[in-house]
Amino acid sequence: MQIDTISAIATAVGEGGIGIIRISGKQAVDIASKIFQAKNHLPMRDIISHQATYGSVIDPVNSTIIDEVLCIPMYAPHSYTREDVVEIHCHGGSLPLRRILELTFKAGARLAEPGEFTKRAFLNGRLDLSQAQAVMDIIRSKTDASLRMAVGQLEGCFSDKIREYRHQILEMIAHLEAAIDFPEDDIDEVATDEVRDNIIILREEMVKLLKTGKTGRILREGLETAIIGKPNVGKSSLLNLLLNENRAIVTDIPGTTRDIIEEYANIGGVPLKIIDTAGIRETEDIVEQLGVEKACSYIERADLVLALFDFSREISSEDKQILALLAKKEALILINKSDLEAKLDIAYIKSVLPNHKIIEISTISEAGLPELETAIVDMVYSGQVQAEEGAFVNNVRQIEALRQTDEHLEEALQTIHREMSPDFIVIDLRSAWEKLGEITGDTVGEDIIDQIFSQFCIGK
Amino acid sequence: MFVAGKYDVIVIGAGHAGVEAALASARIGCKTLLTTLNMDNIAMMPCNPSVGGPAKGHLVRELDALGGEMGLNADKTCIQYRMLNTGKGPAVHALRAQADKKLYQFTMKETCETQQNLDVKQLLVEKLLVENDTIQGIQIETGEIYYCRAAILASGTYLRGKIILGENSYTGGPNGQRAAEKLSSSLQTLGVELMRFKTGTPARVDRRTLDFSKMIIQPGDEEAHNFSFMSDITTREQVPCWLTYTNEQTHQVIRDNLYRAPMANGMIEGIGPRYCPSIETKIVRFPDKEKHQLFLEPEGLNTEEMYVQGMSTSLPIDVQMKFLKTIPGLENVQIMRPGYAIEYDCVDPLQLKLSLEFKKIHGFFSAGQANGTSGYEEAAAQGLIAGINAAMFVKDQEPLILKRSDAYIGVLIDDLVTKGTHEPYRIMTSRAEYRLLLRQDNADLRLTEKGRRVGLVSDERYARFSEKRQSIEETLILLKNIKINPNKETLLKLQAIGSSDIRTTTSLYDLLKRTELSYDLVQSQFELPAVSAEVKNQLEIMVWYEGYIKKQLEQVERTEKLEEKLLPDSIDYAIVPSLRDEAREKLSFIKPRSIGQASRISGVSPADISILLVYLEQNRRSGGIR
Repeated sequence: MQIDTISAIATAVGEGGIGIIRISGKQAVDIASKIFQAKNHLPMRDIISHQATYGSVIDPVNSTIIDEVLCIPMYAPHSYTREDVVEIHCHGGSLPLRRILELTFKAGARLAEPGEFTKRAFLNGRLDLSQAQAVMDIIRSKTDASLRMAVGQLEGCFSDKIREYRHQILEMIAHLEAAIDFPEDDIDEVATDEVRDNIIILREEMVKLLKTGKTGRILREGLETAIIGKPNVGKSSLLNLLLNENRAIVTDIPGTTRDIIEEYANIGGVPLKIIDTAGIRETEDIVEQLGVEKACSYIERADLVLALFDFSREISSEDKQILALLAKKEALILINKSDLEAKLDIAYIKSVLPNHKIIEISTISEAGLPELETAIVDMVYSGQVQAEEGAFVNNVRQIEALRQTDEHLEEALQTIHREMSPDFIVIDLRSAWEKLGEITGDTVGEDIIDQIFSQFCIGK
Repeated sequence: MFVAGKYDVIVIGAGHAGVEAALASARIGCKTLLTTLNMDNIAMMPCNPSVGGPAKGHLVRELDALGGEMGLNADKTCIQYRMLNTGKGPAVHALRAQADKKLYQFTMKETCETQQNLDVKQLLVEKLLVENDTIQGIQIETGEIYYCRAAILASGTYLRGKIILGENSYTGGPNGQRAAEKLSSSLQTLGVELMRFKTGTPARVDRRTLDFSKMIIQPGDEEAHNFSFMSDITTREQVPCWLTYTNEQTHQVIRDNLYRAPMANGMIEGIGPRYCPSIETKIVRFPDKEKHQLFLEPEGLNTEEMYVQGMSTSLPIDVQMKFLKTIPGLENVQIMRPGYAIEYDCVDPLQLKLSLEFKKIHGFFSAGQANGTSGYEEAAAQGLIAGINAAMFVKDQEPLILKRSDAYIGVLIDDLVTKGTHEPYRIMTSRAEYRLLLRQDNADLRLTEKGRRVGLVSDERYARFSEKRQSIEETLILLKNIKINPNKETLLKLQAIGSSDIRTTTSLYDLLKRTELSYDLVQSQFELPAVSAEVKNQLEIMVWYEGYIKKQLEQVERTEKLEEKLLPDSIDYAIVPSLRDEAREKLSFIKPRSIGQASRISGVSPADISILLVYLEQNRRSGGIR
């Protein structure tokens, strides 16, 4: 039997109206009971095995409802892994899935390794011998795919930052350890005030990274997306297409601005938070007065701009104004109504915005939609990542690792506050350092000892 | 050929590893031969005259708990004790002692000579006799053969030893000893891979030429300490050490003569340790440091020789003299023995099992500096384990393998045989992930039972240990069971020991958690038994650090399952599907004992571990690994 309880999203993101979070392990039912409340107020433990119960997932910290769900416990050994398993079926959008998954972590689960459910199923005797080879292949292929994607996403400043934080922690550890292992060498005693201040600064930076870091923020809050274009160009149709009501990947989540209901579209695992959806719907059919001014303010706010142009009409002065606004912005140029007769001068658009990607679409025939999805995902992940389950999961992994790192740093501060000696502070700092290593895939090795010897002149 | 003798176990080398190995094997009941190049150099300390320190002191305590000799021998012969790191947590408190080198040696020599089942002989081993991948015996310089069922290599720095002193170099062991020239090639013939390491030692100077008024005295602790659980020494004559510093002038002399340093002129090929750099290395690597400290340490009570700790060097003698004279207190110094560097062959420890037996040669073990470590304590610890396991091999019993969560000895050996080493390996507390559990104060509680199992713990020691353990357990139960209520009487009692009132019913256990309280204070007011200082100490640590200890125990529990999942020797990693090539290669070479050990090999990823688990299960179900 495995000791810890794992959880993960069991459905591919971006497909299907329903998403499933699977929790497996001894604590599965306890964890579910912390976050799930049945409509009929039946306690989790009293729900009969394999019976779906309707209710809500609630964040235990602030009691807000995350989503309406069906919760199904499956008691050992009658489950996929032969352990206690709880499945939570929620809406298929990535945001509710991610939020529920995070709640399971806070309640005591850890994110499953690639292929881990299948591995447990095999180890617990659920799968027969002939499937062993397949299980090993699954572990290998899923891990490799997930690593490739993690590496892709980690390119650039995010991974640099993580490595930098790691190094800062390592320096603190090395100093503390050097003084412990070489008490008779003349190493400056470590001022715990200094360590405390360093930790505080580090935590602030990490919080900032989580908030402003591209992937982190996008997954936390969604990618702010503006749909702009002159009246009747098809903004509303595109919106509906992206929200794809039929596939039920829409969730209404009260946004940061209290009054506005924001809608999220899930494009290949990337949540798009579309700006002022209500506004788009209202103004599309009536003569729009303030088209360009509005577009201007949207563009300023947005992470991603979807600019619509009408294939069947000549370029207007409004179009030209919009094109001018887009010069310094990440935007996708969408030529709508590509099924109609061409009147638009695409060459002109190309000459004004030579570096922007242009995609021809039709909101009626849905032509060009897959290309649009790919383009969006590529923009978010700098073209490194295929929009598979892993892209999303790896981000969850990173965010979770950062969150746990922060917890360890918090504990280090408490240890300092309690006036414990340096060897206790090191316990927490080491945990934080190891957690960050999980993000970058750097393994724990001789690093600490190497650092001690490069930083201090030690030895008799 | 003349067969000179037949033994169960033969130990090659009588340094700190060799003596522990031989004593352990003999005490377990194996007929044992201890061989040495020179009877007068048994347990010689060719480098610093001290035992212990952070992590090293822990090793000595552990060794003692298992029934080793180093702790007892040190307690009989050391001339200064200090507990280091007392300002830090209990896990890193570390006992360090200055030894009288000759006294240490000759006391150990006597112990070996008088040990039942043990013969000590002066001879030079040249060849190992191996048949069917199994050790058969040894052949010595003069041609005679000794047969054995198990042998232990404890050759220290003697294998093709080369002394380097400035522009000169010659074949030899430390301190003017002979080197073992031919054993290396015998090992290589058997397919053993060797590495070339280097280490060094500073000059010994004449006490009468030193001006101690310019130095800072470093006395021992007033409180008496002992390494061994069985030592009851409460007073001993203590001799101080002296601290002084180099200066810019010293550094200039060294810089001016760097071109004459063997490390600069290419005479040294071996890899030296980073934690024990020569003074010339320190000056090159840390050019901004204005001064380096050095300690003058007595080599013994009956000698004028003083050891210049911190000034290890292989610069020519004239340079050594010149730079030493720039140091305050050493203006008129006379060198008695110069510092030098030594290069030697050692075994790549990746070829060993966790029992310290060679994977490819049954019954042949290796321990100590010959495995690429440095330090007397590291050597002794391995020697003890190799000695125990050679005896277990002879008796066809399970080897004693200590886990990383059991002991520093476990950390040391696991590091060596799992990760290997690229420089002489030194133990450090920062190498232990469960440092808080592996304290020097609880070595007896961790290991006496294991020493008892293999037959090294005497009845006397075991009785004494059991009494202590029982006292701890009983008092702990009392602390938890005795509950006090918030009332006037309690309030007054608490006031008397400077503690604030309680609000709810509280156990004495919880009361003791208060930082201002100690067992003595609580006992002064409430009904608790008087217990020994060691028991008090254990209880206080258990109570005060409960949260942190619990955290580490949980970590141990998480990894323990993997340590218990054993990988049979017969696994052919070439046919395990889906492993990455690097993992396949490393696993085939290192042949880890357990999944836990496999997970610590660099290049083996968590996914590879998952695959191994599935493979193991597959084989279990299909009726074992063929």
